[in-house]
Amino acid sequence: MLFSKADAPHLTTSSDVQSLMLKVVYALIPGSIAMFWFFGWGVLFNLVIAISVSLIAEAAMLRLRRRPVMPALSDGSALVTACLLALALPPLAPWWLTTIASVFAIVVAKHLYGGLGFNPFNPAMVGYVVVMISFPREMTFWTLPMGVAEGWPGFIDTVSLVFGLGAADSPGIDAVTMATPIDTLKAQVNLEYDIAYVRAHRVYGELFGTVTGVGWEWINGLYLLGGIWLIRQRVIDIRLPLSFLISLVLISNFFAVFDYASYSSALFHSFSGGTMLAAFFIITDPVSASTTPKGRIIYAAGIATVTYVIRTWGGYPDGIAFAVLLMNMTVPLLDHYTRPRTYGVAERRE
Amino acid sequence: MNAADNSNIVKTEEDVWHFHGGIKLPGHKQMSTQTPIARVPASKRYVIPLNQHKGAEGEIIVATGDRVLKGQMLARPHGLISAAIHAPVSGTVIEIAEHRFPHPSALPGLCIVIENDFQSEWIERKPVAGDYINMSSHDLRTIIRDAGIVGLGGASFPTAVKQTEVGIDTLILNGVECEPYISCDDMLMRERADEIIKGLQIIAHIIRAKTCVVAIEDNKPEAITAVTSAVKHSGSSTIKVQRVSTIYPSGGERQLIKVITGKEVPVNGLPSDIHVLCHHVATSYAIYKAVFEAEPLISRIVTVTGRGVQSPQNLEVDIGTAIQDCIEFCGGYKKEAQSLIMGGPMMGLTLDTDQLPVIKSTNCLLVSAGIDITLPSSENHMPCIRCGKCVDVCPANLLPQQLYWFSGSKHYDRAIEYNLFDCIECGCCAYVCPSQIPLVQYYRHAKSDIWEQERERKKSDIARERHERRLERLEKQKQEREARLKKKREALSKNKHSRDTEMEKKKALIADALARVKKKRSKQNIKLRNTENLTAEQQQKIKEADARREQMKQQGK
Amino acid sequence: MMVVVITLAIIAALFGLVLGYSAIRFRVEGDPVVEQIDALLPQTQCGQCSYAGCRPYAEAIAKGEADINQCPPGGETVIIALADLLDVEAKPLNAEHGEEKASRTVVYIDEETCIGCTLCIQACPVDAILGAAKHMHTVIESECTGCDLCIPPCPVDCIHVKPIQPTLNTWKWRQPDGGFAVPRAG
Repeated sequence: MLFSKADAPHLTTSSDVQSLMLKVVYALIPGSIAMFWFFGWGVLFNLVIAISVSLIAEAAMLRLRRRPVMPALSDGSALVTACLLALALPPLAPWWLTTIASVFAIVVAKHLYGGLGFNPFNPAMVGYVVVMISFPREMTFWTLPMGVAEGWPGFIDTVSLVFGLGAADSPGIDAVTMATPIDTLKAQVNLEYDIAYVRAHRVYGELFGTVTGVGWEWINGLYLLGGIWLIRQRVIDIRLPLSFLISLVLISNFFAVFDYASYSSALFHSFSGGTMLAAFFIITDPVSASTTPKGRIIYAAGIATVTYVIRTWGGYPDGIAFAVLLMNMTVPLLDHYTRPRTYGVAERRE
Repeated sequence: MNAADNSNIVKTEEDVWHFHGGIKLPGHKQMSTQTPIARVPASKRYVIPLNQHKGAEGEIIVATGDRVLKGQMLARPHGLISAAIHAPVSGTVIEIAEHRFPHPSALPGLCIVIENDFQSEWIERKPVAGDYINMSSHDLRTIIRDAGIVGLGGASFPTAVKQTEVGIDTLILNGVECEPYISCDDMLMRERADEIIKGLQIIAHIIRAKTCVVAIEDNKPEAITAVTSAVKHSGSSTIKVQRVSTIYPSGGERQLIKVITGKEVPVNGLPSDIHVLCHHVATSYAIYKAVFEAEPLISRIVTVTGRGVQSPQNLEVDIGTAIQDCIEFCGGYKKEAQSLIMGGPMMGLTLDTDQLPVIKSTNCLLVSAGIDITLPSSENHMPCIRCGKCVDVCPANLLPQQLYWFSGSKHYDRAIEYNLFDCIECGCCAYVCPSQIPLVQYYRHAKSDIWEQERERKKSDIARERHERRLERLEKQKQEREARLKKKREALSKNKHSRDTEMEKKKALIADALARVKKKRSKQNIKLRNTENLTAEQQQKIKEADARREQMKQQGK
Repeated sequence: MMVVVITLAIIAALFGLVLGYSAIRFRVEGDPVVEQIDALLPQTQCGQCSYAGCRPYAEAIAKGEADINQCPPGGETVIIALADLLDVEAKPLNAEHGEEKASRTVVYIDEETCIGCTLCIQACPVDAILGAAKHMHTVIESECTGCDLCIPPCPVDCIHVKPIQPTLNTWKWRQPDGGFAVPRAG
């Protein structure tokens, strides 16, 4: 009889950080497969580069900060950050773009603030925003989705595009890169074409499927399914995606009702771009989100609002990254003012 | 069933309130409820600690070497919040010394050690029995106090002190037993429901309660049946039995009050503030024994269970029995036994030896084999990922995450602001934490640190006063000394002055006298005789006299 | 041009009035922060902070002459409390002023060796030693703050330090370590 000593409680759930993070990765798989199907090898390269660079950067930072490397490395948080970055960045992004984004996300946004659990800003979004602002041209290297073009560039072509092995003026790049539907819509609407015209018009219309861009419905739909699975597995809090999507739908419907020609519908907003990825995977990053129940609802609604504002009137096509970072800044305030009423306290005094 | 029966029919779950949070845990109670309660045979030696309840330790009224009878009081209550201690067997007091007993600090405490003479000779008992109806609340409380009855749900608060309020609307009897593995209350309710209800009626009489509710979790159907029929036998119309959903920790007093009445106990308040009072079923049973059989609290039901013990079961154990004897009675340890926990798996205390006595708060001895009970190491836990699961399960609706940050960084002011002292240490937050942070440990450390700081502050206030008094005293001494010196100096200078004038006077007198003499001489023109024509002899005599004068002058110098 | 000058002058005058009014209306008599700082200090009067006692140290902090991390008996708790009070950053204890002791200590006098010289009585800042010239000295343990100022003056080295043992009423739960959030060597 050992008589081992320990502190109460002596029971615990089987979930730990690693299993939570791995479940997030599993939920990303269907959407990533769709991404790969529509946009080609570039997606895979992004993933490989992002994951390897992130893990190396994380190990290096842990060493420098004198923390035990293996427990922190194996908890899967760097893996999730890398996957989210890889899926958000354009498929033909050069290798150095992905590398810079990953390094920024892990080293600056995560470890310089204290490592897992201490970062105020979502690391994947920080990495994304840094390259978005610094290298705007490369951020438009989206291939034509399958179904519009005959196919995406082959394996060898992709390697040469991504790693810059081909000549800089290779015909490959110009022929295959296009903006996303959101980008296109925005640019054309700014030129005062109305939405229906843009969608119908052959040149640009190729990009649009029934609802939104070709392929994007599938991708967003599969992320949605993955997200629902995560909620069932109690990995993420349902308040965040629910509040985000409802707010987005309400706002976009509100404006679309006023002027259908100039404002896209709620459905478009919900299923285009990174909406579903954001709703279930990006804004649900527990470390940078609000922690109180009411705070989370406000946080997600805020992200939806700012996203819509940037998408409709702002300079960048997809405002999710900026919206997330802006709302990350408000989290301490939200947490302070949305404290739940403790048992036995008569009323919340502020 | 006639209408009168419906008044104490079991209430269904629909009209029950809920508290925030809570977790569902697997019960593991079946393993220890297969056999009826067994009595542990008497042992040779009983170690009875004085520190078994909240409040002051009792005053010992026996001495080493005394023969004591079964049920004799060994220590009487000391002060208002205190409880008595009694001998569980007749025998001799062989020692009153420091011994180890179950306590989280593992420090020893003063214990009375009795050697059993196996005669089971009782003290003279004069039970009040049914006559209690005619007694005053004060007298009944005295009986309870002198019987050493404390809350047997785990808090060990002296029961008589709780019963001082009158005008209670609802008296709740807590038969919930929400922690996994523990089944002592279940068996007590199954086998001795009549006595529990009689005890309940005594309590209701003391505090003039309007209604009584016996709360039982719905995973104990046999107990519910037994208690319901006991209520029917009693013929009381104010007692109801209520089923409560099996959620941990619905057995916590504050949570149970919310579930039964829908009201919340105010922060820093007591249940009596909202006209509610809670007692435990085992306490009620002990009160019955004290009033109807004049037996003090000298034994209790203990569940010995877990995958590490050969035959898990419930035992009736005398206070002071060694834990080892209880385990041996249940067949001893299995090979895979790893740890011994006093209490349940959520809030229990791991013991590092079984050579400790069973005390009044020992409700369960859980021997774990490491299969379903993990003992996570609290060292090297992952950092908090702010997932918020702890917020979802906290039954006191706190923010365990923020309390963790503040406790860990010693920002105790903020921790108190976030209601650290409302934490009931149930362990729900640590249970769900994916980073396996030992949250309850942080809060317990923070609370004891804060209490220590308060004690230190009081001590430092006294030290400051002593220091200031000392400075005042030194200052006063200095001033007195200076005053004295000043006086002396003044006196000296005054003396000098007067001596000078005296000297002056004297000189003046002498001068006057000389002047007078001179004048006289010159006036009288006296001629000196015999100064010329001296003979040789006279000259010789003058020379000798001069020489003698010289010598004397030399010697005088 | 003139308009600008006049406008700025008027604004400056307005702010001057507001400041002057505030200076008079919200003036605080005395220096209450010294009392508040002193209330947080442990009153050991040991002098390790390099001031002659806790009160002079409090006054120095209030004046800005001393830093908040010079008190070893107060330790981390007091540093954090002072940081909260004065709204500055909490910092680790300044090692030049001593180490925080693992547990509180008191002293006791070895009565076999004591010669009754009263030097320790004169040194004790809280008068916790009882005795008189040529009589036995003894430490009143409940009043001893553990400052150790009595130890150097004793000519026969009969004063010894002992840690205060926790009792059932004063022991504390162990502090859990910080897990992976804290750096480790190597």
